[in-house]
Amino acid sequence: MLVVLTVITIVAAGVLASVNAVTAPQIEKINAENLAAGIKAVMGSDDIQVADPQEIDAFTAYSINDAAGAALGTAVVTTENGFGGPLKVLVGFSTDGDILGYTVLEHAETPGLGAKAGEWFQDKILGMNPGKNNFTVSKDGGEVDAITASTITSRAFLKAIQNAYDKVIAGADVTSGATRPAGKAAVCNGDNGCCKAENSPGCDGDCHCDKDVTACDIETPEVIE
Amino acid sequence: MNKLIVSLSPHVHSGDSVQKNMYWVCIALVPALLCSFISFGVGAIITTAISVASCVFFEWAINKFMLKNPKCTVTDGSAILTGILLAFNMPSNIQPWIIVVGALFAIGIVKMTFGGLGCNLFNPALAGRAFLLISFPVDMTTWPTPGQGFGTYLDAETGATPLSIMKAAFKSGDANMLQQLPSFQDMLLGNTGGCLGEVCAAALLLGFIILLWKKVITWHIPVSILATVVAFSGLLNLANPVYANPLAELMSGGLLLGAIFMATDYVTSPMSKNGQIVYGVAIGALTVIIRAYGAYPEGMSFAILIMNAFVPLINNKFKPKRFGEVPAKK
Amino acid sequence: MNNFKVLVNGIIKENPTFVLLLGMCPTLGTTSSALNGMSMGLATMCVLILSNFIIALIKKLIPDAVRIPSYIVVIASLVTVLQMVIKAYAPDIDKSLGLFIPLIVVNCIILGRAESFAAKNGPIASIFDGIGIGLGFTLGLTSLGAVRELLGTGSIFGFTLWGESYGMLMFVLAPGAFLVLGYLIVLFNKITKKA
Repeated sequence: MLVVLTVITIVAAGVLASVNAVTAPQIEKINAENLAAGIKAVMGSDDIQVADPQEIDAFTAYSINDAAGAALGTAVVTTENGFGGPLKVLVGFSTDGDILGYTVLEHAETPGLGAKAGEWFQDKILGMNPGKNNFTVSKDGGEVDAITASTITSRAFLKAIQNAYDKVIAGADVTSGATRPAGKAAVCNGDNGCCKAENSPGCDGDCHCDKDVTACDIETPEVIE
Repeated sequence: MNKLIVSLSPHVHSGDSVQKNMYWVCIALVPALLCSFISFGVGAIITTAISVASCVFFEWAINKFMLKNPKCTVTDGSAILTGILLAFNMPSNIQPWIIVVGALFAIGIVKMTFGGLGCNLFNPALAGRAFLLISFPVDMTTWPTPGQGFGTYLDAETGATPLSIMKAAFKSGDANMLQQLPSFQDMLLGNTGGCLGEVCAAALLLGFIILLWKKVITWHIPVSILATVVAFSGLLNLANPVYANPLAELMSGGLLLGAIFMATDYVTSPMSKNGQIVYGVAIGALTVIIRAYGAYPEGMSFAILIMNAFVPLINNKFKPKRFGEVPAKK
Repeated sequence: MNNFKVLVNGIIKENPTFVLLLGMCPTLGTTSSALNGMSMGLATMCVLILSNFIIALIKKLIPDAVRIPSYIVVIASLVTVLQMVIKAYAPDIDKSLGLFIPLIVVNCIILGRAESFAAKNGPIASIFDGIGIGLGFTLGLTSLGAVRELLGTGSIFGFTLWGESYGMLMFVLAPGAFLVLGYLIVLFNKITKKA
């Protein structure tokens, strides 16, 4: 009895090991191709040289040069908890920190709702800069329209990119959601030291705060998700 | 020729009937509808009319074509009541086709699938509302602001409701935001945003008095719900002022509408008085919990639906006393 | 029972979704669209055919006391092999179904058929049982997915019919899965009981 079960297990292990030996290189190759294609897509260019990845905290950053060797920017893999699980995004920044493109690598969001993140933000955030634009959903006072009825996914998505920018591009050590550094766009509602209009006291021309303020995010209640 | 008629007791009838009770509930809802017309304009009337018409139509059509039931149940008035209550749970600027879909769900799936009036497990109007809220979250949660003139329908401007202000205050932890709440006078007279039937507390209370006067319902369920909400939200308010004061909780959202007109639905509420009080207290507690901690700003409809599911259990535990029953001697 | 009867039996009389009510987790979880439902059904069918065949072959070698662990080892190995092969050679399918494939292991249809059919019948009949039950499961999941996709997003197999703005989100979410399944069982019974 024990012998039979052992034999079955050994045979199964052998089969698995040999299939794994055949498929592992192929899977590796596909993953590498996917990443390369993703990086090309998010950088908006095919003629690129990708440097070896750098691990910065939880982020994986790839410095990108063009074919001639001039710096193009950085592609960052960033993860944030979405509605259904981890939301893994590959985002490409120019050297100035402008968003060149993004692609959702992994997600477990609701089909028909949060799962639309892959296409939804394509025409909305390209060219924006998390350091200059108010990179939150419009419900929270920001400049990006959230996916209809999927505010949690949208917030997670934007936060993933914001964190990648803060840690990797700006180099500043900003813990998410806490104090925003001076000069950075804050939620503009006139309270807690955030400035309301362009001309209110303590504001520079772009409605940026001149002192450290706590992000005052006033939100209307969540509808679904 | 006289016939000898043999029938089961009771032989003396009070004149109560399903029709009579249903029509009195409808009459008790008229003040709230008028208030809603004053607040939101003709949209309130159109929405109610579409909802009633489609509920009655679906009840008739399912009886006629699917069940092939010779005794059509349209005339008992329950479909009309479901239609009114369904409309009262929607914003007045909702698209007509959404109302029709909601009516189909309420009558076709929640009521007739289970066997029609008397057999449904859940309140059809509320289940219809819950379905619409999940299916069309955007349309169902953009409420018009009151006082935009009598011609207002689909073009109404929208704004925050008292409940969304409360939720925002709780989420941000800033009790000052509660100052944006409308005054008690506005909430009493229906001068706030919200679903079309729920905004005017005074009209709903008038309906409550009519129902008690005509003995259509007893006080047990509504009073136990309202008392629980006041007590529970009062405690929360004392502990932390980011929770709104109990009177505002009482008059906002669908609480009064639900407590008076929907939790008291004969079919989906417990039979004995003690059971009704247990049912009411549980609804009140669930409502406050969902309002304070849930994802949605309003918890009344979900609380009633959840407790609907427990009614058979409650009925099992709290049986009405049999006539002439004495406790068994040990 | 001849092989054709075994095949039809799996699709109608013992339809795993509508009659046996087995494998409810993937049935409810993966059917948010017709294509997802169909792919899950076909992937399950592959494993089912192979596991039925292998178990019918080796059933005489396995002592009764360890048959369930042995079946599970066989099934789990097959699923893992399938997962690796799909990952390596069909990355597109992996993208849309990758999450669900490991779940086939815990699908009780597979263990159920191993125990109730493959353990008592020959390898060829077991293959036909695998095909029949697999087709029945695929039929169930595809129709459930199609109804949910149509009502929830206004399209079917990805072809837009009346557009997402008229879709009822509830049917994409979990409560819609239960509702649609209930009504499909009613419909299935009405059709099959008449015949």
